[in-house]
Amino acid sequence: MAKNNQLTDHYFRSLNRNIILIIIIVSVIPLVLVSSTIYYQFRVAYHEKVYDHLRELVNSHAQNIDHFLQEKLSDIRFLSDSCGLNKLEDEPFLQERLAALQKDFGRDFVDLGVVNDDGVQIAYAGPFKLAKADYSDAEWFRKAIQSEYFISDVFLGLRGLPHFIIAVRNSRENGHWNLRATIDFVRFTTLVENIRLGQTGFAFILNNKGELQTTPITRPSIDIIAGKTIYTEFLAKPSVSPSEVRIAVKSDSSQQENIYAAAFLKNGDWLLVYQQRTADAFADLGKTFIITTVLMFAGLLGIIMMAFTLSRQIVQRVAKTDEEKQLMSKKVVETGKLASVGELAAGIAHEINNPVAIMVEEAGWMGDLMEEITFDESENRVEFERAIKQIQTQGKRCKEITHKLLSFARKTDATIHDVNIKELLEELVALSSQRAKYSMVEIRTDFQENLPFLRVSTSELQQVFFNLINNAIDAMDQDGGTLTISSYQKENYLVFAVSDTGTGIPEANLDRIFDPFFTTKPVGKGTGLGLSICYGVIEKMGGKLEVESTAGTGTTFLISIPLQTDANGQH
Amino acid sequence: MTPPTVMLVDDEAPFVETMTKRLGKRDLNVISAFSGQEALETLDKHHNVDVVILDVKMPGMDGIETLKKLKTAYPLTEVVMLTAHATVESAIEGMRFGAFDYLMKPCDMEQLMGKVNEATRKKRDHEEKIREAHVKEILAKRGF
Repeated sequence: MAKNNQLTDHYFRSLNRNIILIIIIVSVIPLVLVSSTIYYQFRVAYHEKVYDHLRELVNSHAQNIDHFLQEKLSDIRFLSDSCGLNKLEDEPFLQERLAALQKDFGRDFVDLGVVNDDGVQIAYAGPFKLAKADYSDAEWFRKAIQSEYFISDVFLGLRGLPHFIIAVRNSRENGHWNLRATIDFVRFTTLVENIRLGQTGFAFILNNKGELQTTPITRPSIDIIAGKTIYTEFLAKPSVSPSEVRIAVKSDSSQQENIYAAAFLKNGDWLLVYQQRTADAFADLGKTFIITTVLMFAGLLGIIMMAFTLSRQIVQRVAKTDEEKQLMSKKVVETGKLASVGELAAGIAHEINNPVAIMVEEAGWMGDLMEEITFDESENRVEFERAIKQIQTQGKRCKEITHKLLSFARKTDATIHDVNIKELLEELVALSSQRAKYSMVEIRTDFQENLPFLRVSTSELQQVFFNLINNAIDAMDQDGGTLTISSYQKENYLVFAVSDTGTGIPEANLDRIFDPFFTTKPVGKGTGLGLSICYGVIEKMGGKLEVESTAGTGTTFLISIPLQTDANGQH
Repeated sequence: MTPPTVMLVDDEAPFVETMTKRLGKRDLNVISAFSGQEALETLDKHHNVDVVILDVKMPGMDGIETLKKLKTAYPLTEVVMLTAHATVESAIEGMRFGAFDYLMKPCDMEQLMGKVNEATRKKRDHEEKIREAHVKEILAKRGF
């Protein structure tokens, strides 16, 4: 039994484990797959979005800057075309023009100057003392005299401050003259810096040698130099179309990943670079990742908890069903045992009855013959008569046994009536009272008021009570006692208790008393069928027959009969 | 009263033989048959049988079947069923088809004799009444 329990425990433990595993696997795999797929798709889409946004931003910004430069160039060009050298040579007039430009465009223009073919500034308007300055060696001047207009890189020049120059070349009778303007470097830098995004985004401009044209105010220049290779890469491949924006992702010297977006300006001379930490650019994605992960882990936790709870409930239910099944199969075995024993008994009874009848008749015939023998009065005659009598007595005993066996298996009057249970019991008590008196047993009845009618077979119920009353009297045969028959209603059952104050049934026998042929009565006194017949009858009625016994105190049989049996009941 | 004539019907030959001897010893005229079919045939020859002692369980034609046929042909002949069955049903069924009474096997001789005598008396009373009715009818016809 202990081994069996161990096996069952092991079975339920492994069942529990399997259910938990199945629930977790079945739930977690889709959860993880769905979450990661969605996150992956979202990530890709978000990257696209961020890059697109950057591309758009850098592109429009580059156009802005280009536009700014073009505008300034146009202004200077207009000035040089419309006024001519004669007017512009006049410094007060030049001052006036600078003031007019500064009025129109804020302080974008720092100064204006007219430079002749030899590189000598012949007229100057502005805050610096640069009149008659010689630019013949300046790089910008050498480049400016080669084309109609020119925008220089940023350089320190004579004034010792970073600035850049826009120059326009015009012709006169014997050569050329140049009008140059300096653009306010701080204002230009601010224009470039305008592009700031997030916490770490900033923009700057490089010339085609990779030299910084603007210094981002917010960032130390070391970062830019560290990422220099990326700019040379950008610069190495000239842009196919002016609006093309290139994007690259690369780690810098501090092992932090940056996004670089670059577009060419000024017909490929300058490169506008926008730089931002990847973590910063994808901060929202990071947040989403954290939220997704937290949600997923919460889901996982939920699933695991649910798996444990659910599996425990299922296993408990299975265990309960199992127990019920075991109980049921025990009952089925019991019923089957009764049925097979019944059939067996009927068969044996039939077969034995006829030979016994013949034996009894033969003995009777011998008896008849003995009566004729009158001459022999010897002792033997007495013995013969005794022996014949004994054969007949024992034959009758056989008959009783076979009849009991047959009644165990017989189809009794199973017609269902409304039985007046009170009348039936009183009749039975009256029948048994004589026997009870000899055994010094007092029979008490304690029925509830208005005992209902029961729809059962009278003869079957009679048999049950008769058996129980007889057993109770037998149990008190030695010293007498009290037999109490009481009734009460419990739920939908009418319960009868038949109690005696006899010796009680030892616990070892309690399990077996309903088994056929189990008897504790002396040989010849009981067949061991009474209680199993009762059990079968009551079960057939849809009721229950139970026993409670304490050794030395007495035994109580509880008969529960359903109050209402439906029309197509089990009978 | 002339001793009753009984017919014993049972498939168990030793039983029938011993019973025949025992009943004969008690001044009964005993005729025996070992099957339902034989019983009906024998009855055709002996019209004066008062009581038939009929076993319920027999091979071939069983007791109930024999009883039905017997009662149709000889309504006045009384039948005592002898059964090894403790079934109330078969006994009740026998009574329903006109059996006088039933006894359980093995039976007590005194009990059996009692039943046989009662049945004979009943049968003869019946016959007597019929005879009286006939006599009355004849007397009425003759104008007495």
